[in-house]
Amino acid sequence: MRASDLLHPRPEGLYCPPGDFFIDPVRPVNRALITHGHSDHARSGHRSVLATQQTLDIMGLRYGEDFAGTTQAAQLGEAIALDGVSISFHPAGHVLGSAQIAVEHQGTRIVASGDYKRQKDATCAPFEPIACDVFITEATFGLPVFRHPPDTEEIARLLKSAAQFPERSHLVGAYALGKAQRVMRLLRDAGYDRPIYIHGALARLSEYYQSQGIELGTLEPATVEGGKQDFAGAIVVGPPSAFADRWARRFPDPISCFASGWMRIRQRAKQGGVELPLIISDHADWDELTATIKETGAEEIWVTHGREEALVRWCELEGIAARPLHLVGYEDEGD
Amino acid sequence: MNRFAELLDRLVLTPSRNGKLTLLTDYFRSVGDPDRGLALAAITGDLNIAAVKPAMLRTLVTERMDPVLFGYSYDYVGDLAETVSLVWPQTPGNIPNREPTLGEVVARLQAASRSDGPKVLAGLLDSAGISARFAIIKLVTGGLRIGVSARLAKQALADFGKVDVTEIEELWHGLSPPYTALFAWLEGKAEKPRNTAMALFRPVMLSNPVGDGDLEKLDPADYAAEWKWDGIRVQAVAEGGIRRLYSRTGDDVSGAFPDLADAMRFSATLDGELLVGDPRQATGTFSDLQQRLNRKTVTPKMQQQYPAFMRCYDVLQIGAEDLRALPFRERRGRLETFVAALDPSRFDLSPFVDFADWQALEELRRAPPHPIIEGVMLKRWDSPYVASRPKGPWFKWKRDPHTVDAVLMYAQRGHGKRSSFYSDYTFGVWSGGEGEEELVPVGKAYFGFTDEELKQIDKYVRDNTVERFGPVRSVRADRDNGLVLEVAFEGLNRSTRHKSGVAMRFPRISRLRWDKPANEADRIETLQALLDR
Repeated sequence: MRASDLLHPRPEGLYCPPGDFFIDPVRPVNRALITHGHSDHARSGHRSVLATQQTLDIMGLRYGEDFAGTTQAAQLGEAIALDGVSISFHPAGHVLGSAQIAVEHQGTRIVASGDYKRQKDATCAPFEPIACDVFITEATFGLPVFRHPPDTEEIARLLKSAAQFPERSHLVGAYALGKAQRVMRLLRDAGYDRPIYIHGALARLSEYYQSQGIELGTLEPATVEGGKQDFAGAIVVGPPSAFADRWARRFPDPISCFASGWMRIRQRAKQGGVELPLIISDHADWDELTATIKETGAEEIWVTHGREEALVRWCELEGIAARPLHLVGYEDEGD
Repeated sequence: MNRFAELLDRLVLTPSRNGKLTLLTDYFRSVGDPDRGLALAAITGDLNIAAVKPAMLRTLVTERMDPVLFGYSYDYVGDLAETVSLVWPQTPGNIPNREPTLGEVVARLQAASRSDGPKVLAGLLDSAGISARFAIIKLVTGGLRIGVSARLAKQALADFGKVDVTEIEELWHGLSPPYTALFAWLEGKAEKPRNTAMALFRPVMLSNPVGDGDLEKLDPADYAAEWKWDGIRVQAVAEGGIRRLYSRTGDDVSGAFPDLADAMRFSATLDGELLVGDPRQATGTFSDLQQRLNRKTVTPKMQQQYPAFMRCYDVLQIGAEDLRALPFRERRGRLETFVAALDPSRFDLSPFVDFADWQALEELRRAPPHPIIEGVMLKRWDSPYVASRPKGPWFKWKRDPHTVDAVLMYAQRGHGKRSSFYSDYTFGVWSGGEGEEELVPVGKAYFGFTDEELKQIDKYVRDNTVERFGPVRSVRADRDNGLVLEVAFEGLNRSTRHKSGVAMRFPRISRLRWDKPANEADRIETLQALLDR
């Protein structure tokens, strides 16, 4: 069968007619397969949801236990049959619980990777390349300018700055699911053993990560008790939006840091008023994207959310068939 | 190279002066010679490397990668140096065991001839990582643009060595990269370098503003008064055939004023104000002077139309004789004799302002006879010429600032301590005929208010936002709604860059006019009238 008969875009999301399910639908549907817990991929209100147990747990934390009619946990690497279509989940290395979804029917296999990265990350299972006919890749950082440095170097810069400016606090903006916990874990792995102060929005997810065996050390709420002096020299992690908010006023002369792949571009850092950009991303950079495309051995590449044109161009130069897959509703800016 | 690249990256994003000083002194402390000296020279603009044209950079990179992919990349990033540093393909077999040091990079670039320049540059880029590539490209394309002035770099040296910045300024022009002797002295490992060069800068004497109650304690008979000219403070030094014009902070600005420098046919050090016009006839306005500012080169036409001259008010040295220890009265006598022998189209004397008492001087200060006068200077007759800003011998007593009532239009989030506050304000005044009034932006200010007022404005901005663009909010401002700000400023220049046609000098918020309806704010004509004066 033609690959586009097995999976194709609909306004609700990527649809599989023979299996009658959607992958990461942006509107409530009957049957949804979810790659990971970020809110633009995992929405509430579907009648049934199939995802990894960790993704289901995260959705429960975010939306409440009744976020879907019924749920089913997918074991990584195990095939599940849905109306004759064979489905399997494989680690994507993006955030805790994240998975690629392989869809196979009548000899054609498509892998929808969701969001993924190849850099080592102690807070989730590493990406596994899956051989397939069609590989659906994200392209958040699909331009040759995006080259993420080793995350350990970035954390070393943060720690150096904290030593250089002991009278100031360092506010690290990091998305609440995944990035925040990765930053904390990287700090611990670099030997930082002082308490890390966190914004309230991070508390439940960080607690969940720790319950899953991911050590994050002592986390303390960044609340005001006993005056501002308490935060001198502290490292505070919170969602980026909080730092532009009145919430941030409790910290002494803070240095604003932002952990994101976008921080590769100086102007992005400057516009956002970021003093210490930390190039730490949960998405594949250009080199990882191109290497992964080759590794999957896919004959055809569909490119979604992000800068599709450059990746399509690269595939053309490599003699690989490629086209943009226009899916609506995902945050282009996500990282 | 990586340490230098990291320093550049941090400096460009660090808004606070103290933060920059910490970064610089840490760098000087932790990096050895000659790298730290070369970094210093790169920052102060004293590093001499044959420039590479941007077009050549583009050619080099598109020889190495798909031009279409390069095009997408450049479109996205917008900065050529940055794009090239990011996309430069790294060939795995080509990476050396270690990256080159700044010293090695500079040595190879300086040794390169015009013809093998591109090859040398490409070789260096091959051997470096992303940050280092960016730094290398910035070095060869010139202009680091990291928000660090030569003055700030000298302050960092002073902090590093715990000496006064005037000591650095005085030494500076006799030194050259990589400043090994300077660093050795600052680290206490060697004697202070001896300066044998000609026509060196002497740290200048500065004044204090007249504060409340200052004058009551002073006897008018102890002081001379002069007009305070709103030009550029310069020091003209000519010695052994070398002629240099220095700015107040010791930057050599001779290149921008060749007409004046040529006329320095003497052996002395003079202190005064650089202005334009012909001192025997008419002194130009600040707008005229502006035509000559911030130019690397200056055309003959420009020199003819806006000739530079120096209005002298002090003399520090004549021939080999250092006059700085003499009282002002005696120096002034020597100055008058000296200036009388100079080209009268290029040098004149700053005249005294006669006054009987402070009240009489106050009246003169309020109504100066020329638009480029911004107040009066008071100098004690018995004061020696001393570096920096001692309190007592010299006072400046400025004309009161102009004020205008403007309406807040946009607010931008600040940095550092103010990163959660909307603290940078763009304000406008009314233009257009009746029934068609619209606000036209006339300036931007980010100080002048108290912390308490900042909180109030911040709340007002958040409550009255109509649109958001990144860190900027557009605030509701029409005939019926809007916050009126009383803005104080020192002067007004014509501007072709601003829609309003005017640019304010030194604007700050002087009062919040919560009481004043937006439609009663000033009109653009009020400002235009100031221009034409």
